[in-house]
Amino acid sequence: MATEILMPALSPTMEEGTLAKWLVKEGDTVASGDILAEIETDKATMEFEAVDEGIIGKLLVAEGSEGVTVNTPIAVLLAEGETAADISAAPKSEAAPQGSDAPATAAQAAPAHAAPAAITPAPLEPDWPEGTELKQQTVREALRDGMAEEMRRDDTVFLMGEEVAEYQGAYKISQGMLEEFGARRVIDTPITEHGFAGIGVGAAFGGLRPIVEFMTFNFAMQAIDQIINSAAKTLYMSGGQMGAPMVFRGPNGAAARVGAQHSQDYAAWYAQIPGLKVVMPYSASDYKGLMKTAIRDPNPVIFLENEILYGKTFDVPVLEDYTVPFGKARIWREGSDVTLVSFGIGMTYALEAAEKLAEEGISAEVIDLRTLRPIDYDTILASVMKTNRCVTVEEGFPVASIGNHLSATIMQRAFDYLDAPVINCTGKDVPMPYAANLEKHALVTTDEVVAAVKQVTYR
Amino acid sequence: MATRKTKAKSNTSPEELKAFYKDMLLIRRFEEKAGQLYGMGLIGGFCHLYIGQEAVVVGLEAAAKDGDKRITSYRDHGHMLACGMDPNGVMAELTGRIGGYSKGKGGSMHMFSKEKHFYGGHGIVGAQVPLGAGLAFADKYKGNDNVTFAYFGDGAANQGQIYETFNMAALWQLPVIFVIENNQYAMGTAQNRSTSTPDLYTRGAAFGITGEIVDGMDVLAVKAASETATAHCRAGKGPYILEVKTYRYRGHSMSDPAKYRTREEVQKMREERDPIEHVRTMLLQGKHATEEALKDIDKEIKAIVSASADFAKESPEPDLSELWTDIYATQDA
Repeated sequence: MATEILMPALSPTMEEGTLAKWLVKEGDTVASGDILAEIETDKATMEFEAVDEGIIGKLLVAEGSEGVTVNTPIAVLLAEGETAADISAAPKSEAAPQGSDAPATAAQAAPAHAAPAAITPAPLEPDWPEGTELKQQTVREALRDGMAEEMRRDDTVFLMGEEVAEYQGAYKISQGMLEEFGARRVIDTPITEHGFAGIGVGAAFGGLRPIVEFMTFNFAMQAIDQIINSAAKTLYMSGGQMGAPMVFRGPNGAAARVGAQHSQDYAAWYAQIPGLKVVMPYSASDYKGLMKTAIRDPNPVIFLENEILYGKTFDVPVLEDYTVPFGKARIWREGSDVTLVSFGIGMTYALEAAEKLAEEGISAEVIDLRTLRPIDYDTILASVMKTNRCVTVEEGFPVASIGNHLSATIMQRAFDYLDAPVINCTGKDVPMPYAANLEKHALVTTDEVVAAVKQVTYR
Repeated sequence: MATRKTKAKSNTSPEELKAFYKDMLLIRRFEEKAGQLYGMGLIGGFCHLYIGQEAVVVGLEAAAKDGDKRITSYRDHGHMLACGMDPNGVMAELTGRIGGYSKGKGGSMHMFSKEKHFYGGHGIVGAQVPLGAGLAFADKYKGNDNVTFAYFGDGAANQGQIYETFNMAALWQLPVIFVIENNQYAMGTAQNRSTSTPDLYTRGAAFGITGEIVDGMDVLAVKAASETATAHCRAGKGPYILEVKTYRYRGHSMSDPAKYRTREEVQKMREERDPIEHVRTMLLQGKHATEEALKDIDKEIKAIVSASADFAKESPEPDLSELWTDIYATQDA
């Protein structure tokens, strides 16, 4: 019986991919394990294997097709004795086969908590001059452009980390950088976070501007002594003589279905440390502009990225040297009834909630902090003084969260303006579970944000 | 790759021997004074003295050139004096005064000098080793022939990050000399109780790093080893390991009762192997200096140390506003 071969999900966050190359043609007989095609995911080019044996009846998607959504039929496999005429009778497969090297990800739809693909910002105070040409760019591309631009203007800037060079980045962030800058400046490290973070800090002491990539900030736990004790504290301990001008960067927080050891949000951890600067951008333009600022900053900067955001598309200004200053929040949406404060991927929930609330006649102001050290308290306070209510949104754990800190600050500095206690919407106080339904509930949800707003507005 | 024991003696001169004597004596007297000031309550916190180990840094510095870098642990006073940092600034840092190298904000374990290429002064056992390799990385990146001396103890030699660093230093051929100052005790734990194999100089073998064991009580042997190691690094041949066998006479820190070894053991080392006495004997027996001339050196050193103690007592405490400075750089530090 003819079966459809579906576009596989070959990474935890893949929603669509490029069918780069067919390695079979119509009429070919294939056996289980034969390579059918090369598929480019959001992270890498993967070989896609046949699960069942049969004859390739029809290729439904031409090679070179981009944006092929996961679970789209890409070919039809005929059983022995069938002909192309049987194709129309092909039943829907229940799931796509697995890729040869793919993690065991169920080939189902995109993660439930992923944001819509494109967001059109409407900043009240735009980060770029009116009339600036804009282009649509993914966070991934914007981040790479930010690093590459800085590497072009300063030879002391270099990138080191696991798989950053020849592999083109575990998440394809550094794609093309080895080719442009060479192995001297784009350096593959062994899998030794503690050691290479220390070497990076030493190189910064020695006058270079390292960008140290962690494949995820979960792995930076191995290196946290060097980040905090060596990078963050040396300027103070040396009486201002020397410090570590460098960037530690990589994805942070939950991706999708990768379990407890790969899903933690470290925003609050690093934000606690004097001597560090901490950046956690949401939009592509901020990824680019803040990365450029981070590289130029003469201090150690923790740059917390998000794997789910990597593939999201935003407007990015076409400017020769676009930077975004630290410590300046961005108001994404003006409102009068409640202030929603968030950062990083938390912004997807905040913006979704604001949209839903608007339909119910509740006007939410949405603030993206962008940097967590320094924090733009003024923008938050000014907004709370206007709306008299505040809900914070983040994916991290609830105890000693960024939201807790903001609540305390608002209580101390704007107590008389508050009409309701501040509510912190956070991830749950549990290690991240694997099961799809549990994971969804372990993270903060848009519904929880909506409910919190209704609570503080007494609706 | 080779591991070997060296007996090579460097060529030396009466002038150099005298300089070694003077440099080692400065460290000895400085540390004795620091011990006194600690006892008087003028120095607080942890204070790790270098007495007994003087030949290590003095011998290694003998092969250093301008631009070479050094980094070490918290037992750092000797390293700073040996690379030419000002005793006043070091002592004033010990007393937590504004005249100290870190304006009183670092203390005994955390001092730095950009001018003298001294990169600390680090309190987490072993953490300075990848940092040292990073300094060497920067020099290689810039394309000069500077080397970095990354000092650590026999205790730190069991930290995992050392081996991560050995691997990358060898892989990337970094010009770094890993100096293992084996004073035989990791705080209170004798090496045979903490270390599965005694020969630390062979610890780089798995990474293809040449290692050499050196008598750290003999400044000329240390100098010879330093010459070999620096030449190796400057020639672009990658890292080098020197295990320098030494001994600390004092406790791990000032608060160490040192119950883990006998008085006799310490006394025997002092009497038979003291690195300063060794040079003194060479100078006198070789008739390169008279008792009188050495006494003059002693006096000169005493005066320097005494002046540093005075400076450290007189220098004011940092202004309270210093609490809030040097947290962030506003431009390149």
